[in-house]
Amino acid sequence: MNYAEFLIWVRGDAFHWSLAIFIFGVTLRLLEIILIGRKANLAEKRGSGVAGGIRTIFTRFMPNQAVLPRVMHTLVAGYVFHIGFFIVLLFFAPHVALFEAAFGFGWPALPNGVIDFATIMAILGLIAVLINRLRNPVQRMLTGFGDWVAWFVTLLPLVTGFMAFHHLVEPYPLMLALHILSVELLLIVFPFTKLMHTFTLFLARYYTGENAGHRGVEI
Amino acid sequence: MSSASFERGYHAFKEQIDSSVAAYFQSCVSCGMCAEACLFYTETNNPEYTPIYKLEPLRKVWEQEYTLWGWLKSSIGLSRKLNDDDLKQWQHYIYDSCTLCGRCSMVCPVGNDIVSMIRKAREGMVAAGHAPEGQIGASKRAVTIGSPMGVKLPALQAQVRHIEKDTGLTIPFDTEGADYMVLLSSMEIMNFPEYLEAIARIMKQAGKTWTLSSQAFEATNSGIQIGSTDIARELVSRVVNAAESLKVKTVISPECGHAYTAIRWEGPNLMGRSFDFKVKHIVEVLDELRAQGLLKTEGFEEQRLTFHDPCQLVRRGGVVQQPRNLMNMISEDFVEMPDAGMMNWCCGGGGGAAAIEEAEELRTQAFMCKKNQLDEVKADALVTACANCRIVMEEGLEAYDMDIPILGLTELLAEHLVEEN
Amino acid sequence: MSQKTIGASLRSQGISRRGFLKFCAATASMLALPPAVIPQIAHALENAKRQSVIWLSFQECTGCTESLTRSHAPTLENLVFDLLSLDYHHTLQAASGDAAEHARELAMEANKGEYLLIVDGSIPTANKGYSTIAGISNIDMFHEVAKDAKAIVAVGTCAAYGGLPKAEPNPTGAVSVEDLITDKPVINVPGCPPIPMVITGIVAHFLTFNTLPELDSLKRPLSFYGQNIHDRCYRRPFYERAQFAETFDDEGAKKGWCLYKLGCKGPTTYNACATAKWNEGVSFPIEAGHGCIGCSEPDFWDAGSFYKALSVPLSGTAQAAGYAVAAGAAMGVAAGAMNMAKRNSARKTHETVSIDDLEREQS
Ligand code: SF4
Ligand code: SF4
Ligand code: SF4
Ligand code: SF4
Repeated sequence: MNYAEFLIWVRGDAFHWSLAIFIFGVTLRLLEIILIGRKANLAEKRGSGVAGGIRTIFTRFMPNQAVLPRVMHTLVAGYVFHIGFFIVLLFFAPHVALFEAAFGFGWPALPNGVIDFATIMAILGLIAVLINRLRNPVQRMLTGFGDWVAWFVTLLPLVTGFMAFHHLVEPYPLMLALHILSVELLLIVFPFTKLMHTFTLFLARYYTGENAGHRGVEI
Repeated sequence: MSSASFERGYHAFKEQIDSSVAAYFQSCVSCGMCAEACLFYTETNNPEYTPIYKLEPLRKVWEQEYTLWGWLKSSIGLSRKLNDDDLKQWQHYIYDSCTLCGRCSMVCPVGNDIVSMIRKAREGMVAAGHAPEGQIGASKRAVTIGSPMGVKLPALQAQVRHIEKDTGLTIPFDTEGADYMVLLSSMEIMNFPEYLEAIARIMKQAGKTWTLSSQAFEATNSGIQIGSTDIARELVSRVVNAAESLKVKTVISPECGHAYTAIRWEGPNLMGRSFDFKVKHIVEVLDELRAQGLLKTEGFEEQRLTFHDPCQLVRRGGVVQQPRNLMNMISEDFVEMPDAGMMNWCCGGGGGAAAIEEAEELRTQAFMCKKNQLDEVKADALVTACANCRIVMEEGLEAYDMDIPILGLTELLAEHLVEEN
Repeated sequence: MSQKTIGASLRSQGISRRGFLKFCAATASMLALPPAVIPQIAHALENAKRQSVIWLSFQECTGCTESLTRSHAPTLENLVFDLLSLDYHHTLQAASGDAAEHARELAMEANKGEYLLIVDGSIPTANKGYSTIAGISNIDMFHEVAKDAKAIVAVGTCAAYGGLPKAEPNPTGAVSVEDLITDKPVINVPGCPPIPMVITGIVAHFLTFNTLPELDSLKRPLSFYGQNIHDRCYRRPFYERAQFAETFDDEGAKKGWCLYKLGCKGPTTYNACATAKWNEGVSFPIEAGHGCIGCSEPDFWDAGSFYKALSVPLSGTAQAAGYAVAAGAAMGVAAGAMNMAKRNSARKTHETVSIDDLEREQS
C-alpha cells in the first residue's frame, strides 16, 4: 500500500469504522447511564433544581477558590491542555472545514500561527499532566491502565498533527494519514475510557447541581 | 434471625446505584482534587483517604453490574470481583475517615457529588456487617431506647423541671397546634441544657407557641449516619408521626447538622411522601424571627468571636447567611475564619464519626485543619450551631491544649434578649 | 532508426547553438542540476544518438500525447522529436495497419535491449478483449515490448498508477505498468496529463548520464515531483492566515484567497505545476482559480470530491454515523433497560435492615 492509498483508506473506511465505533460506544454508554434511573426528590424544595443543575454545569468550569493553592499544578496543566486542545480541534481551518461538511455550518478559523501555538500549549499541558500524574501520590494511586491509554491516545493526534503541519516527516500525505489514523485511534478508545468525561461531566454536574439547587445551595 | 452478609451488602450496592452514581464514576478523571479538599487527606497526606478512592467498592459494583464494558472485562478476567475482604478494609475509609462533610463535592472539576455516594456506599457496608461498632451501638440505642446516647423521656423531663424551676418559664409538652415543635439532640439534653432554656425564652419573647413531644424529642438520626435507610426511616417516622398528630406548623431541627439533613432533606424521601409541616433549622427560625422584628437583643459581646459553620448546614443545607445575621446582632468583633461559609472545614467528627472510638487518633490529627483556621483569627470564643461539632471541637481543642470556649449560637442570643417586664 | 547524432540532426533543422544551450540550461534547472553541468549535458546530447523509443498507448484518452505535442517553447516540440527517434506511436506515426506494427517489430529487433518503452494508459486485466491494438491485447503487446526494453517510462497517471480506468469500481481490472513489471527500471511520470517538459527532461537525463534520475517512493523523478504544490503555492500566505474562498465567485475568490475549502488537494500533491506552470509558464490551475485536483497522485479519482476540502472524510461517513447511532441506540436502550430492571429488582427484593441485622452471625 503506498501512502496515497493509505491516505484514502484512513479518510474512507478507517474513518467510517472508527467514527461508527465512537458514535455507537458513546450512545450506548450514555444510555447505559441515563436509563438506570433516579428517584424523585420529595423534600420540599427551597430552590429550582433545574436551574441549579444548569448553573453547576457552568460554574464548575471555574476552580474552587478554597483549594486553588493546593491544586495549582494540576489545574494549570489541565486548563492549558484543554484550552489548547479545543482551540486546535475547533479552530484549525481544515478542522473547521470538516465540521462544516458534517454539520452544514461553520465558523471562522484562526490563523495557523495561533493554532501552532495552541498545539504546543496543549502538548506541553499534557506532558505536565503526565508529570503530575507520576509525582502526585493521589493521582498515581487513582490512575489505572485505561487512564494511561487515554493520555497517550490524546497526545498522539496533537503530536502527529504538529509533525504533519510542519512537514517533519515526508511525504506529507503519509504524515497526514498518520495524523488522521491517530484521531481514529482516539475515537475508538474514547467510549471505553474516562475520555467519556467529555460528555458525562455534563450529566454529573447537572445531577449534583440539581440536588443542590433543590436545597437552595449555591455551588 | 437474619444477619448481615456480604451478599446483602452487594445487593444493597446494586440497589443504591443510580444514574447519578454512574455518571459520577464515568466522569472521574482521577485528578485527585477531591483529596485536597478532604481534611483526612490534607492532615495526613495519606492518599488512601482520597474521597473517590473511598468509593472503590461501589465503583467496582457499578462497573461490573451496570456497564457492558465492565461486565466484559470481568468476565474475561481483566478485573476482579468485589469480595468481603475489600469491604473489611474499606470500613476504615468509608466510616472512620469520612464525616460526610461534603467538601470534596464542592471541588470536583467534573462535578461529582462524592459525599452523596459515600452516604450510599454506607448502605452496602451496613448490610454487609461492616459498620463500626460505635455506630452499631448508637443505632441500636436509638431504635430501642429512643436516643443514640440512651437518653430517655424521664431524663428529659427531669431537665425540663430543672429549667422550669430555675427560670419560672413553662416548657410545654405535647401541645396540639403549636407553631413549632422543637426537637433536641441527646447531646443537648445531657451537655447543653441551656439550649432548651434559650428556646423557651426566645419563643416567649417572639410570642410563638411551641412544644416538645414526649413521643419524639430526639432529632439525631443514627440511621443516616451509619447509612441505613431502614433505620433512618424508623427514626424519622417517629418525628413525623408526632408532628402530624400534634398538627404543628413547623418542626425545628436542633443545633445539629446531620439531624437537619435527616429530617429536612432525607426525611420525605425516606417516608416516600412530603410532609404537612415545614422543617427548619433553629438558625433559620431565629433569623426569620429577627427579620420579623420578633427577636430583640441588647448589648454586644466584647470578646472577639468567630463562627464555625456546621458542614450539613452550609454545603448540604444552604444555611449560610442566617447565622451571620444573628452573629452581627450580638457581636461587635465578629471575625470570619479563612474558608468560612461554604468551604468551612469540618470539625472532624460529623457523620457519626465521633461515635467511632478506634478512629479517635485520626480525628485528632484531622482537627489540625480546624486548629489552623482558629490560629489564623485568634478568636476569644468560637460560636457554632451544632452540638455535635461543639463536643468534637472541645475534644480537639483539648488535645491541642487550646483554651478557646465554644458557645452555642442560640444560647448566646438568648443571653442578649431584651428582658421584658 | 536514425544514425545521425542529435547535434547533427538539430543543425540540419536550423536550430542555433544558442537555442540548443538554452534548452540544455532549462533541462538542467528542471533536473535541479547545478549550472556547471550544462556543458556536460550539451556535450552528451550533441554526441548522443537519438534514443529509440517505442510508445504504447493502452486505456487512455490521448491527453498525455496532446500535452506532449503542446510543449511550449516552439523549438521544443522539435527538440522532443529530435532527441528521440519515435519508432512507434500509433497516434502520431504516419504508417498505419500492418506497416505500423511492422515498424514496431523492426525497432524492437534493431535496438534490442536498448530501446525505451513509453506507455500511456492503463492495462486491463479483467478481460483481454477490453482493449486491443491490431488484434493484439494490451497486456500481450505490453509484455512483448517490455521484454527487451532498457527501461520503461509510464507517462500519465493511468500508466503510472491506473488512473481513471482504475477508479472505483475499476470495471476493466485496470493495472499500472508497475503492477506488471518487477525486473526492469520503471519511471513514473504521472499527471493527468503530465507536464510535457518532464518527459523531455527525463530523456535528456537518460541520454546525458545513461542512468535514470533519482526517484521518490512512487518512482517519480524527484527533481520534478519533489515539490509539494501547497508548499510552493503563491496562495499559501492566505492559507496561513485562514483566509479562504468559500465559493468560486465570492470576495475571497476575487481576492485570490486560498482554495482549500473549495477542495484544493495541493497539500497532498507532488508536482511541478506551481513552479514550472503550464502553457509556456503562463499559469497553472490554482492561479486560474481552481483548486489542484491532485492529478499526479495515485488513485486521485478515489480521494474524494474535487470540490470538498481535504479534511472532509470520504463519502459514506453520514451513512456510517447513521448506522452507528441506530446500533448504539438499540444496544444502549437494551443495556439501559437491563440496568433499569436490575436496579428495580434490587430495590424490590430489598431486605429490610433492622438493628438485629447489623452484625454478622457468630458461627
Ligand atoms: S465528605 Fe468530607 S470527610 Fe468525607 S470524603 Fe468528602 S471531604 Fe472527606
Ligand atoms: S475530584 Fe472528581 S474527578 Fe478528581 S479524582 Fe476526585 S472525583 Fe475524580
Ligand atoms: S490554493 Fe491549494 S495549494 Fe494553494 S495554499 Fe491553498 S490549499 Fe495550498
Ligand atoms: S495543479 Fe494539481 S491537478 Fe492540476 S495539473 Fe497540477 S498536479 Fe494536476
